[in-house]
Amino acid sequence: MNRWLLWVPLVLFGIFFAVVAAGLIRPKDNIIESKMVGKPIPEFSLPAAIEQRPALATTDLATGKPQLLNIFASWCVPCIAEAPQLLELERAGVQINGIASRDTPADIANFLNRWGNPYVRIGTDVRSIVQLELGSSGVPETFVIDGKGVIVHQHIGDIRKEDVPELLEILEKAG
Amino acid sequence: MIRILTLIVTLLALPFSVPLAAQNALPASPYAHQQLDDPVQEEKARSLMEELRCLKCQSQSIADSDAPMAGDMRSQVRERIAAGATPEEVRSWLIERYGDWVTYNPPVNAVTGPLWIAPIVLLILAIWLARGRFRRRKNSKKDAS
Repeated sequence: MNRWLLWVPLVLFGIFFAVVAAGLIRPKDNIIESKMVGKPIPEFSLPAAIEQRPALATTDLATGKPQLLNIFASWCVPCIAEAPQLLELERAGVQINGIASRDTPADIANFLNRWGNPYVRIGTDVRSIVQLELGSSGVPETFVIDGKGVIVHQHIGDIRKEDVPELLEILEKAG
Repeated sequence: MIRILTLIVTLLALPFSVPLAAQNALPASPYAHQQLDDPVQEEKARSLMEELRCLKCQSQSIADSDAPMAGDMRSQVRERIAAGATPEEVRSWLIERYGDWVTYNPPVNAVTGPLWIAPIVLLILAIWLARGRFRRRKNSKKDAS
């Protein structure tokens, strides 16, 4: 019998060990990207979240101009962190649509009074129905939608200062 | 002393608990905690919910999870099944949006295939190896006698 064959089990064990060790060492990846990126925005129509802003439906998102769709909530702490960046994007001329997740009109109004209101439209998604349709798994999340209403990018988590130029670039490319 | 400490701890925890409680400010979705009237449909929904992963608490199924979003997902599953969808239709509706990740019963494809095939290959290999050894031992016994 070939003597080299004796080493095969040890080598197999070595490979097994390396795979398991790598899995243990690697930090846990909790981010679930939506499979809807590259597809048209699903059909939906949400009632207005507050009196000052109109309601939001799919047809409002395919207007020939790229837009942002931001999912937020008054109970979400990272949403406060990204508020200045959303205002900065608004100042740069970006049209931002909001979806308020599991929230009450009074809480939403309070939140926007306190941290600023960058939205042109806000729909209220009290049962996470549109969030599930979009393949979104949390708040905040931001989708870039091109002029034809196709989702071109998903930003998971709060928008940081350094993310703003990237989002502007993606918006420009989508135009 | 203990009472004062409890008070301090409670006060310190308060700012953290408020935003979390607020996402429960709204009533749960109609079928988040309510079973379907038809026991056959409920059973279908129930076994599917045990195989769908919660998006917020990723090691739990939506049947186990108390997260508000898991409640919304349970309600969607029950409503869709009540409306006549099969469990597999509901599952693929979610896979279309979240990928295979969302199901605890992943489909067999190029990525998951090796998981199914590997045990069979290893078993065949083991039988083949064992056969070789037994045969050799028989031969060596014969030689000795």
